[in-house]
Amino acid sequence: MPWQRETFKKIKQIPREEHVLPGTSLCAGCGGLEALRLAAKVLGDDVVYVNAAGCFTMLAAYPFTPFKGSWLYTTMGSAPAGAQGVRDALDVLIAKGRLPQRDDLKVVVLGGDGSTYDMALSSTSGAIYRGLDFYYFCYDNEAYGNTGVQLSAATPYGARTTTSPCSLQHPAGTIQEKKDIFEIWRAHKPPYIATVAPRYPLDLAEKFARAATFTGPKLFLALSACPTGWLYDPGETPEVAKLAVETGLWPLKEAINGAVTHTYLPKRKPVEEYLKLQGRFRHLFEPTKQEEAIRHIQERVDAYWQRVTV
Amino acid sequence: MAGEMMTGNLAAAWGARLAGVDYIPAFPITPQTEIVEALAEWCDCGAMPARFVMMDSEHSMMTAAGAGAATGARVFTATSSQGLLHAFEVLYSVAGWRVPLVLVNVSRALAAPITLEPDHNDVLAARDAGFLQIHAETCQEVLDSILMAYRIAEDERVMLPVLVNLDGFYLSFTREPVIVPDPEKVAAFLPPFRPAHLGFKASAPHALGVAVLGGTPYTYFRHQMHLAAMNALQVHREAAADFERLFGRRYDVVEGYRLDDAEDVLVMSNAFATKGRAAVDAARAKGRRVGLLRLRVIRPWPAEAIVAALRGRRAVGVLDQNLAPGLGGILVQEIAATLYHDPERPKAICSFIGGLGGKNIHEGEFDAIVARMEQAGKAGRGEGPVLLYTEAEHREMAQLQVLASASRADR
Ligand SMILES: Cc1ncc(C[n+]2csc(CCOP(=O)(O)OP(=O)(O)O)c2C)c(N)n1
Ligand code: SF4
Repeated sequence: MPWQRETFKKIKQIPREEHVLPGTSLCAGCGGLEALRLAAKVLGDDVVYVNAAGCFTMLAAYPFTPFKGSWLYTTMGSAPAGAQGVRDALDVLIAKGRLPQRDDLKVVVLGGDGSTYDMALSSTSGAIYRGLDFYYFCYDNEAYGNTGVQLSAATPYGARTTTSPCSLQHPAGTIQEKKDIFEIWRAHKPPYIATVAPRYPLDLAEKFARAATFTGPKLFLALSACPTGWLYDPGETPEVAKLAVETGLWPLKEAINGAVTHTYLPKRKPVEEYLKLQGRFRHLFEPTKQEEAIRHIQERVDAYWQRVTV
Repeated sequence: MAGEMMTGNLAAAWGARLAGVDYIPAFPITPQTEIVEALAEWCDCGAMPARFVMMDSEHSMMTAAGAGAATGARVFTATSSQGLLHAFEVLYSVAGWRVPLVLVNVSRALAAPITLEPDHNDVLAARDAGFLQIHAETCQEVLDSILMAYRIAEDERVMLPVLVNLDGFYLSFTREPVIVPDPEKVAAFLPPFRPAHLGFKASAPHALGVAVLGGTPYTYFRHQMHLAAMNALQVHREAAADFERLFGRRYDVVEGYRLDDAEDVLVMSNAFATKGRAAVDAARAKGRRVGLLRLRVIRPWPAEAIVAALRGRRAVGVLDQNLAPGLGGILVQEIAATLYHDPERPKAICSFIGGLGGKNIHEGEFDAIVARMEQAGKAGRGEGPVLLYTEAEHREMAQLQVLASASRADR
């Protein structure tokens, strides 16, 4: 039976109220911000965002904040530990009667892929291991964005970053495969993990609604189509974000207590359609087409879907 | 009044227990472990109504501690050496958040080479993080300083974290009689933690630790931290007076020993100051007018108290249990800078470095220090840095080197 949405079936059901207000200093067309905006419609305002260094750190820049909820900037490597401290303190203060239950907050880590896949991995692992009741929202722009688009462990094979240039030695650019953070999380056995993309708002909202029913660590990996780092026109973010899913490169899925369900089965357009829109992959097409590299990417996607749909 | 025999570590744990802390994120490191073990036990058996959480590293531990305090809980944690350095990035964050938690550091020298025994390069590396620092000489002082630390940290005029330092092994594992203060009196000394400006809650959303653009707001906030740290001198005076009234023990930012008529003064800190006092007594018995100044609070830097204690002396000798390679001692620099503007500054400042990696300072070495101070004072010219290292130690090291090279030849 195909995956059923229960709470959000029609676009009209998505709350109109905004919880991330406009006027931030992030780039125009930031797909990660759009994903966060949609997520916040379900999370609401009774939230404390615990942030790791990255693009989103600039969301709260003195004296402005786009949030109606709270914010704590920690470090690049320890936002999940910050979430631990906030959650524990809220629990203790409520238990001791020093804070009324109605003042309780959802604790949400907000980190980029560099932090999530690399530096904060040990602190994340610790938080999941301890069964911390929190949301982890990772906006994945597949690079260290804020420092000028360097290679991160989330950068996909074939992408060019400022520290994985396409050169004579590495004509394809990045030669490593993207780290499978979804599976790393799943191995820790948290109750809820999901991938989301900004062009699939019902899927995204539904997943946040479902996650709310679980106590414990809840991960959201949000595709963050990034005009600045991926080198395309900001107006094309919706198209790029859509093609990531439609080509099968960004599978939409969730894992409830470890059991994985794909929440959307794309018809799977050729990966080329996604790649050729973006400057970070231009070297795969110009001056000569790197057929082998493109085939490699396609084969990896095919193998993935073969494995999960059989 | 006779106290219970307890280690410095247990005294530290008692400090946290009596302070009624709410939250203890922890990570083990020798020689601090006994502190967190005791607290884990007490939280588990219900003797302490606090949440104890084993974290995945000191970096995480310090972040959780800061975040817990920022949420409005009274927070305690402890570390040492490599652990303090691992938490380093977060020390600055936590101080910038202006959260009044207490961190105990059990001093231990830093790798490499790796060792377990103490000196002060760990804690002094943290002296510019925005934490206030209290350095204890005895197990009793460890406990008492933790209570004073919360009182000072949580004062509206301060709102900064405090680090309480004790020496690994020399205090952490030495049993001394410690009087455990009466909880009711502690309650009178340390009011409940109800921070007016801290706490994440639905009804009062706010942002903390945010980015600033440009140097203007940055400078402003950093300067506010500096002013708050300086306020701690006055708050310390008040806390010390109340503490003395309630418990009969007095702690000042610096502590003088036989200073009244002293010509030359030895400056020390932490547990080795006890050896320093004995050395002063021995020198006095030989007719030398020597005294000792112990630095108890190192941040905020108690400049006035130091000048008052050292003004007009013939010579000052600073015994640093740390080494800044390429410079020498750390504290002697701060002392010299503090005295420079005083028209009656001592004629000579000598710099001695000893006790590295827990190395003992022998009686004979203290005799030499006293003699060199006298000489320098007469000549009107200081000396140093002088590394304290005896002939016997030279011989011991030479033997180790022979063994090391012999085992290489064996291969
Ligand atoms: C300990 C530490 N090292 C390096 C940095 C510099 N830094 C700031 S943001 C950033 C990039 C973060 O990348 P990512 O997590 O992917 O988030 P993005 O910038 O893409 O939003 C880096 C490396 C830092 N803030 N802290
Ligand atoms: S660099 Fe990319 S991820 Fe970062 S704010 Fe700009 S568009 Fe968003």
